[in-house]
Amino acid sequence: MSFLEINQISKSFRGLKAVSATSFEVERGGLVALIGPNGAGKTTCFNMIAGVFAPDSGKIVFEGREIQGQRPDEICAAGIGRTFQIVKPFAGLSVLDNVMVGALLRESHAGEARKRSLRILEKLKLDSKADLPASSLTLPDRKRLEVARALATRPKLLLLDEVMAGLRPTECDQMVEVFRELNREGLTILLIEHVMRAVMALAQRVIVLHHGEIIARGTPAEVVRDPAVLECYLGEETEV
Amino acid sequence: MKREAVGLLVLLLLLVFFPLFASSYALSVVTLILFFAYAGQAWNVMMGFAGQLSLGHSLYVGVGAYVAAILFQTYGVGPWAGVWISMAACAALGAAIGFLAFRFGISGVYFALLTIAFAEFTRIGFDHLTITGGPGGFFLKVSQRESWDLLNLRGPPIMFYYVILALTAGAFALCALLLRSRAGYYWRAIREDEAAAQALGINTFRWKMLAVILSAAMTAVAGVFNAFYYNNLFPEQVFHISRSIEIILGPVIGGVGTLFGPVLGAGVLTTLSDGITELLAYYNLEIPGVKQVFYGVVLLLVVMFLPHGIWPALAKRIGIFR
Amino acid sequence: MPFDLVANVAVAGVLTGLVYGLMALGLSVIFGVVRVVNFAHGEMMTAAMYAAVVLFTAFGLDPFLAVLPVAAVFFALGYALQAAVINPFITRPEHSQFMLLVAISIILVNGLLMGFGPDAKNVQLDYQLESWALGKLLFDKARVYAALLALAVSAALFAFFRFTLTGKAIRACADNHLGALVVGLRVKHLYSLTFGIGAACVAVAGCMLILLVDVTPVLGPSYTLLAFVIVIVGGLGSMGGALLGGVLIGLSEAMAGLFIAPSAKSMFSFALLILVLLFRPQGLLGRRT
Repeated sequence: MSFLEINQISKSFRGLKAVSATSFEVERGGLVALIGPNGAGKTTCFNMIAGVFAPDSGKIVFEGREIQGQRPDEICAAGIGRTFQIVKPFAGLSVLDNVMVGALLRESHAGEARKRSLRILEKLKLDSKADLPASSLTLPDRKRLEVARALATRPKLLLLDEVMAGLRPTECDQMVEVFRELNREGLTILLIEHVMRAVMALAQRVIVLHHGEIIARGTPAEVVRDPAVLECYLGEETEV
Repeated sequence: MKREAVGLLVLLLLLVFFPLFASSYALSVVTLILFFAYAGQAWNVMMGFAGQLSLGHSLYVGVGAYVAAILFQTYGVGPWAGVWISMAACAALGAAIGFLAFRFGISGVYFALLTIAFAEFTRIGFDHLTITGGPGGFFLKVSQRESWDLLNLRGPPIMFYYVILALTAGAFALCALLLRSRAGYYWRAIREDEAAAQALGINTFRWKMLAVILSAAMTAVAGVFNAFYYNNLFPEQVFHISRSIEIILGPVIGGVGTLFGPVLGAGVLTTLSDGITELLAYYNLEIPGVKQVFYGVVLLLVVMFLPHGIWPALAKRIGIFR
Repeated sequence: MPFDLVANVAVAGVLTGLVYGLMALGLSVIFGVVRVVNFAHGEMMTAAMYAAVVLFTAFGLDPFLAVLPVAAVFFALGYALQAAVINPFITRPEHSQFMLLVAISIILVNGLLMGFGPDAKNVQLDYQLESWALGKLLFDKARVYAALLALAVSAALFAFFRFTLTGKAIRACADNHLGALVVGLRVKHLYSLTFGIGAACVAVAGCMLILLVDVTPVLGPSYTLLAFVIVIVGGLGSMGGALLGGVLIGLSEAMAGLFIAPSAKSMFSFALLILVLLFRPQGLLGRRT
């Protein structure tokens, strides 16, 4: 049984075809990157998987069950977590409370939720800031909080939307380490990324989208040499 | 945490023993404060917790009041039974409004306008119904004012004082419990960012409906109290938009979404405004509208300079982070 | 029900509706551009009505002539209000803005109550009692004059926004706040200008309305709600929508008053508001954002 199967999904917005009969798979325990120029349809794909809107046609199958068209909260309950391209912290709540909101999906007692939330914060090196208001965090920390919150819902698959954007190279490397470790522990990750440094370091497989269609797939090394990809996205002088 | 609990206990004790040394006037003032503290707390559940601005809460006070009053006066059903029916009626109304609003994606200003429209519609409607006595009003017979008849809520002002004190304390405790529970976390998350909340597995429609229904049902009880305390109901007064605004003044000034906000706001507002009326009476002046202008000015100043209300600013001063 | 009666009530409703439309136009302009919910709109109109009464009782000034000074004063006050009080609130959350204007509305209504007392006031001019007859139809002179002025002012406003540079600049702010800032428009000044214009509209509408109805301080909130119903039904951001909405509401109010009961007039308006909010939130002529 495949883990996540995207089957011929399409989505148009007022006549503009954002995603066009796209299909791909993510295997359990895998780490797959979705790349491509702006407007290629990457976030649209994510939004369809995460339930923000339904595909016009096609199926999304997760662990053998069709999930296209379900609500975002149902998708999360099914085991798919996501982060947002522009981070959305609960500004008025403390860092710990932010994560607890996620944890309370799986835990009925606030006490248990708190314990697990603290452990997750530790893993993401945010535990020292647990009681600070989320609004006081720097951008890299907000990104970490976003990930921590999603992790608290015990996802089997994590969708990361351009989580490296705006991070300095060292911060990026730190995040890469975190994701590597999570993947080793069994978390499947599908990520959208522009920062090629992260893509090359993390991804086992890369899928390239352009104008709503897949133009290349393969290992990072293969994709980076693909002439179609170089032409539309990476450019001839790319050095990674 | 400890300091808060001790402070609360002291306040509660003060309030419990207050009638023993208070004049009947002071008693009526504090009763009013507690009423607005309770109603404000009920409103706070919808706004402060779930982020939905309702400017039509007089609808629930009115419906709650009329249902219990009619049941008592016309059908002989006592208030302790009638209150449940009031709550059910208002819960249903709240559910209807919530459902319409959330299903059709109405929020923010449009939601506020929707609540106003429902309240106004009901006000004019009740003016034309005979069962409610129409514009002439609905009256409850006052059999006696001496002894405590808790069963029928007939009795001296001091009895009503303790009833509203119990209600307010109960509402406070309920809200405190809710805030610490999953409901509290989920509501605050929805209030901060609904899309992010959904992505964390929260069925925002269900939880928003819960807040609206709970708020409506709680407000209904305020309506029942209103009916039995004042013994007369006029659609023009009970459902008027000024009532809705009075209800929100406490929480907005005290601090929306906080526990102490509604209580503090109601206290500050009522005390100061009564002070003004007293001052004017001293100079033999009686100008209609002065109290409301005062409310307006206080509201203006608070909104401009203390946007989160008095309580958060005060809390920071005395070192409590909430 | 004799046809003449219905027709005459309808005519009166439409004419009054045009005055309502002008009031709603002011709100549409403010809401559409500054994006602030002017909860004090009806109260502003009530104040304008009182201003007309004062000028009439003190100087015998016909409201049509009073329009000029009252509109000018209201423009200035509106500008000042936006510049000094409301502008800092643009970035605040919606309910904060709402509360601010609720506070202002409370102060206005009760200030008027303190100043003028609760009794109804009006103006009395000869032509209020005269009408033209066209067959079986009667056209009240006062109503016709008022409606004509309302139309004229609306047309002038429309021309202002369409053809003048300032008008276009204001529309730019409405469409894209950040973009307007980036191209160097003085957005704060333009916002204040817009609020001033909206206030001036309300002032003119008030001077007209005092010819048709009496004024009491408590009318304020009802007019605010009426303005919102009209703007939402007619369509936010559409000037034609405000006028059309005004006429529709004026007409439906008149008809409801005739067929059901005078006190039930507004019930119909609120029911309409609820329906529009649910099923066609962009209104009749509005654009879906």
